[in-house]
Amino acid sequence: MNIRYTEDHEWISVDGDVATIGITDYAQSQLGDVVFVELPDVGKKLAKGDEAAVVESVKAASEVYAPVDGEVVEVNGAIVDEPAKVNEDPTGAAWFVKVKLSNASQLDDLMDETAYKAHVDAL
Amino acid sequence: MPGPCHVSCLGAFAMSDAADGPLLDTPLSDLHRELGARMVPFAGYAMPVQYPAGIIAEHNWTRESAGLFDVSHMGQAFLVGPDHETTARALERMVPSDIVGLKPGRQRYSVLLNEAGGIIDDLMVTRSISPDDDGRLFLVVNASRKAVDYDVIRAGLPADVRLDPVEDRALVALQGPKAAEVMALHAPAAADLDFMTAASMEFDGIDCHVSRSGYSGEDGYEISVKAGAAEALVKALLADERVKPVGLGARDSLRLEAGLCLYGHDIDETTSPVEGAIAFVLQKRRREAADFPGAARILSEFGGNVSRLRVGLKLEGRAPAREGAEIRNESGETVGVVTSGGFAPTLGAPIAMGYMAKDFATPGTKLEIVVRGKGLAATVAELPFVQQRYYRKPKS
Repeated sequence: MNIRYTEDHEWISVDGDVATIGITDYAQSQLGDVVFVELPDVGKKLAKGDEAAVVESVKAASEVYAPVDGEVVEVNGAIVDEPAKVNEDPTGAAWFVKVKLSNASQLDDLMDETAYKAHVDAL
Repeated sequence: MPGPCHVSCLGAFAMSDAADGPLLDTPLSDLHRELGARMVPFAGYAMPVQYPAGIIAEHNWTRESAGLFDVSHMGQAFLVGPDHETTARALERMVPSDIVGLKPGRQRYSVLLNEAGGIIDDLMVTRSISPDDDGRLFLVVNASRKAVDYDVIRAGLPADVRLDPVEDRALVALQGPKAAEVMALHAPAAADLDFMTAASMEFDGIDCHVSRSGYSGEDGYEISVKAGAAEALVKALLADERVKPVGLGARDSLRLEAGLCLYGHDIDETTSPVEGAIAFVLQKRRREAADFPGAARILSEFGGNVSRLRVGLKLEGRAPAREGAEIRNESGETVGVVTSGGFAPTLGAPIAMGYMAKDFATPGTKLEIVVRGKGLAATVAELPFVQQRYYRKPKS
């Protein structure tokens, strides 16, 4: 499994031409208790850097940006119904969206796990 | 996370109070770090926004048992004059409340006013219960307004009354339905205090000044104690399994549910006490005398000539509305703005407070709050959202 990370604490896991996107454990720990998640519609075309989702904790709202270009093919309604899942299992069951990649080479710009860990340690 | 909030995504706490220069510690800062708190800048201090339990757990614990809060960043000060009447009259030049009539040992919530009737700060005023301290009033003001308040107060004092800020004391709050039974084990005299009264007493042999008040909507105490003894006092409270530490995050959600104002958000120098729905700070004697700053505006508003009012708002759905969100009526016209908003753990739903044009301020009025370009259905609600549970002593 090829997992990449952004400086903004999203993870992207690629399987064939479909990528699953979520937020990292560091991101959920910084957010605190998540109380609201808004996801895009299936079929929405995202360009790298577009707002892909909104996640709100008790105190603040944050945006989740698309780390790559792609079309939304599936969203995780379970985290809309139960936002607290994002705190419990951010890198597993609480994924946000799946997108069909339109430019897989963009993945090369993202960090691998070692680089991401160093990024977080430096914060 | 990306965007303006990036890594330290704690909203108001992380962003609004970025201080220049090093942050100040409170006498309890080392303890917060030992307890695993996440520290954020707030009014120039490094303060715990939450502990490992998290904001919702801390909030719920305060509603169910007892939460311990460090509020040492707040300003404590004595106003000192030759006798109560002189000191009280000096303060009454700046506030619209009856301070002369405040009985020994009683505490009153009030506001410092500017000449336009706007609120410079909200504060607690306590008259000492001891006859030896006649002429001393104890003030507690907001951390972010300390410097402004002290300048305003000093500028308005007669020669025989002085302001003595207290720099060497911590202030902690113990709040929740089990606060009284825990406190009674260490400071039996605390059990005798009625809501909004105060007394000096010993807590396990430590001298402190205790009031029965707070900012959570629950029964509880605020305890002023010498900085050097604060950690021992707090550790004694935290040793009780009914007590857990609670950060600023839950302090905010608790006060929002209780319908209490946060200075700089729900009230400020442009809002009057009538607009802010805290007209109870205007006692009758002062209204009749009309002798406080901004009296013309405030009394006109008190008589019904007010254009906007602070109200509670309940949102349908799950999305919270934050400070600054526009409020529209059913015709799409702007009729208000959100001043505080978030998720209410006790209700499991988003709530907010805001200012509404008077015609739309009646509970039950249907509105839309604009969040990320979408209108979310909302209704004007009675305040508080969660019933306050203050302790009222049975009449003997």
